[in-house]
Amino acid sequence: MAETSVGRPAVATAGPAAPAEATAGPRRPRFGRDALVTVGFLLPALLLLGAVVVYPIVFTVVRSLYDANGDTFVGLANYQEMFTSPRTLQALQNNVIWVVFAPSIVTALGLIFAVLSERVRWSTAFKVTVFMPMAISFLASGVIFRLVFEDTPERGLANAAVSLVSDVFREPGRYPGAQPSGDALTATPDGGFATEATFQPGDTAALGLVRIPAALVPDDAQEAVAAPPTAADAITGTVWLDFTRGGGGQAGAVDPSEQGLPGVTVEAVGPDGTVAASATSGADGAFAVEGMSGGPYALRLTPGAFREPFGGVTWLGPALVTPAIITAFVWMWAGFAMVVIGAGLASIPREVLEAARVDGASEWQVFRRITVPLLAPVLLVVLVTLMINVLKIFDLVLVLAPGSVQDTANVVALEMYRVSFGGARDQGLGSALAILLFLLVLPAMAFNIKRFLAEQ
Amino acid sequence: MRLRSVWAVLFVALSLLAAACAGGGTDTTADASDPAATGSEPAAGATGEDLSGQTIEAAAVWTGAEQESFEAVLAQFEEQTGADVTFTSTGDDVAAVLGTRIEGGEPPDVAILPQPGLLADLAEQDALQPIEDVVGSLVDENYAPVWRELGSVDGELYGLWFKAANKSTMWFNTASFTDAGVTPPATWEELQSNAETLLASGVTPFSVGGADGWTLTDWFENVYLRTAGAEQYDKLIAHEIPWTDDSVKTALERLAEVFGEEDWIAGGASGALQTDFPTSVTQVYGDPNDAAIVYEGDFVAGVISGETEAELGTDADFFEFPAIDGSPSAVVGAGDVAVLLKDSPGGQALLRYLATPEAAAVWAGRGGYTSPNKNVDASAYPDEISARSAEALTTAEIFRFDLSDLQPAAFGGTPGQGLFQLFQDFLRNPDDIDAITEKMEQAASKAFK
Repeated sequence: MAETSVGRPAVATAGPAAPAEATAGPRRPRFGRDALVTVGFLLPALLLLGAVVVYPIVFTVVRSLYDANGDTFVGLANYQEMFTSPRTLQALQNNVIWVVFAPSIVTALGLIFAVLSERVRWSTAFKVTVFMPMAISFLASGVIFRLVFEDTPERGLANAAVSLVSDVFREPGRYPGAQPSGDALTATPDGGFATEATFQPGDTAALGLVRIPAALVPDDAQEAVAAPPTAADAITGTVWLDFTRGGGGQAGAVDPSEQGLPGVTVEAVGPDGTVAASATSGADGAFAVEGMSGGPYALRLTPGAFREPFGGVTWLGPALVTPAIITAFVWMWAGFAMVVIGAGLASIPREVLEAARVDGASEWQVFRRITVPLLAPVLLVVLVTLMINVLKIFDLVLVLAPGSVQDTANVVALEMYRVSFGGARDQGLGSALAILLFLLVLPAMAFNIKRFLAEQ
Repeated sequence: MRLRSVWAVLFVALSLLAAACAGGGTDTTADASDPAATGSEPAAGATGEDLSGQTIEAAAVWTGAEQESFEAVLAQFEEQTGADVTFTSTGDDVAAVLGTRIEGGEPPDVAILPQPGLLADLAEQDALQPIEDVVGSLVDENYAPVWRELGSVDGELYGLWFKAANKSTMWFNTASFTDAGVTPPATWEELQSNAETLLASGVTPFSVGGADGWTLTDWFENVYLRTAGAEQYDKLIAHEIPWTDDSVKTALERLAEVFGEEDWIAGGASGALQTDFPTSVTQVYGDPNDAAIVYEGDFVAGVISGETEAELGTDADFFEFPAIDGSPSAVVGAGDVAVLLKDSPGGQALLRYLATPEAAAVWAGRGGYTSPNKNVDASAYPDEISARSAEALTTAEIFRFDLSDLQPAAFGGTPGQGLFQLFQDFLRNPDDIDAITEKMEQAASKAFK
């Protein structure tokens, strides 16, 4: 440990490398007593490694050349199937997205947290909070985020937050989802309704609506008036809920016990398309658009009353599922990156930073030109470690993606599991996928090992 | 000195014990020969037999509450006969557990299998005893003919159906129905007009748990059994007709009459695909409720009482899956079949006992159980709903097993694959029936290869 270069953050030192060098050091005849002793010491470790690492790898390679049952040799057929199946290609594509985004976001966030937490007063509390999700298993955090990403704003935290904001800018109407009960009204592109028939002053109009839950009818609403008073200079009428609770009503007619819908704005639109006058329906649904002459006018219900509340983003739908799962991953691992980078930060020589500040560098310049370059080795290790971690991502996707989008959210490790242990139980193809995953992880592993050796 | 005396005492004790055991052993054989002689005697046998000292082993998949209930059924048998019945729970992988036991020559006397496919497999391996002489007459007396058929392999009776599930029940929110002024529909057309009325009253008619593919295949199976009939249904199970068959297309068209109406499904198709089965139930019985009707099997009752505030019978009720174009009453379901693995008199007696309404009544009274036995009195069930569900099952003219359960697992039973996934695709886009049946056929031929 003492030979770890000074000033370099001691992230990890490869254990096994040390004895290997020790034996290589003294140059003695190859087959002496020393060699025997060496072999004697190494044998248990070699046997163990052979049994739990080498043998499974070799077996998987061999198994991948056999069919589902494992008794017919099929050559490279499994590999061919693997690379032609759209599911694997989708999985590979997702893995690429994961590897590109997840580790870099986590590392960037970790760096920011590490640098900032050095400055805040409650840095320990902050660090503990950010690090806490690491104590939760992937499975449990999958379940947690399943709840966060629930579809309806009443149940899902993410959608509750979004709807809170969106409702401020776009107030939902009193009667969302309402539809005309008959042919009198048709929907307009802006979400309101308009009559196809036209009216003259002195006419009355019956504008029935349905699909309004009883709970949304205001308490002050009264029974709808069947025949509102007419006036020579006004178009009068009723906007009412054309549905008799308990059934039995007649569509298009104001039946007894049917209720008026207060607060709906009715506009009279002239032949040239301009709004001549407007009125708002009362507690009994009656309205009177007054001060009218000429005509004919069409009536329009403005969309304000019928605007649907924000329905929620389908986070776990086909479009957003992978970004949503990556968010959960970032939540879990940002703490890990922060702690490792923080350790690296602590070992940066203070003099360098102070010298820079004395020379007049701004904080941003210090961060950009001094801190980050000095931390580069640590950042690289964190990034590569996370890449390996992300390549074999599995449980989070399995738990978080609903069955209907698991194909869209698929990753190689999940596909391997589904093929080998799902219904098909094709462990030949599963082994081929395992080998693919192994080959994908290999460069990152090699890079890490090379770095460790270089640090020795 | 002292040590030696301890040994002496132990020796005496042991030899006494051995003698006792030997005595017991001879007793058992004497008893055993007795009922064996009367073994072929039907009906009256079960309760009257004296099997004291005999040990019988019964194996089934049940654990937890189900195991307790079945043990209560067995306890009554022990009381009546004096036999000693041990229950072995096989856990989920019943085929593997029984297979090893049979291979080792030590199978349990009686096993209760959750899959009809396993019944056929074991019968073909000659691992089962024919039970025509044991319970044949009891089956005719207590069961609708369809159950004899379902318990037979190549015309020989091997299985006695002891437990069943009714997967042709539609559960509704009674308040929503009252509010809209609709009554439970008996036909598909009535179901559709009810849906229209419910929608006008301000509540979405259907809740569909499309995130789980099996709820969708269950929908299809019920429609298919009604539009294509039992014969075609059996052919489709065996893949004797392709999934591109016109009968499948017709059923999908009828199903699209519901699935194709975006407004009729809570959350629309995309919302339904995010809804798992328990949520699909709770959103019908929430306050306010998001939908009025949810289709699934009788086990919905368990979700209602366990996860919602709704009271079964007052807030929640069910109607049978409606008939389509005058189809006869039909039930899609599941069941557990009891088989005899050893030709032991005790096992025979237990099987005869399980065929009686008295045995079924014990579990029925404890709840969570439907008996295929038509002579189980409605009053044996703890509430009116389970009694009605059981009645629908025992009196149905057609009973068929869940089709997807009988398919190769990769095709019919794996989330995200085969039928589960394809029906999710169908829910997403119910218009292109030709393309989806094409894909179903491809997946099926791969699985049946």
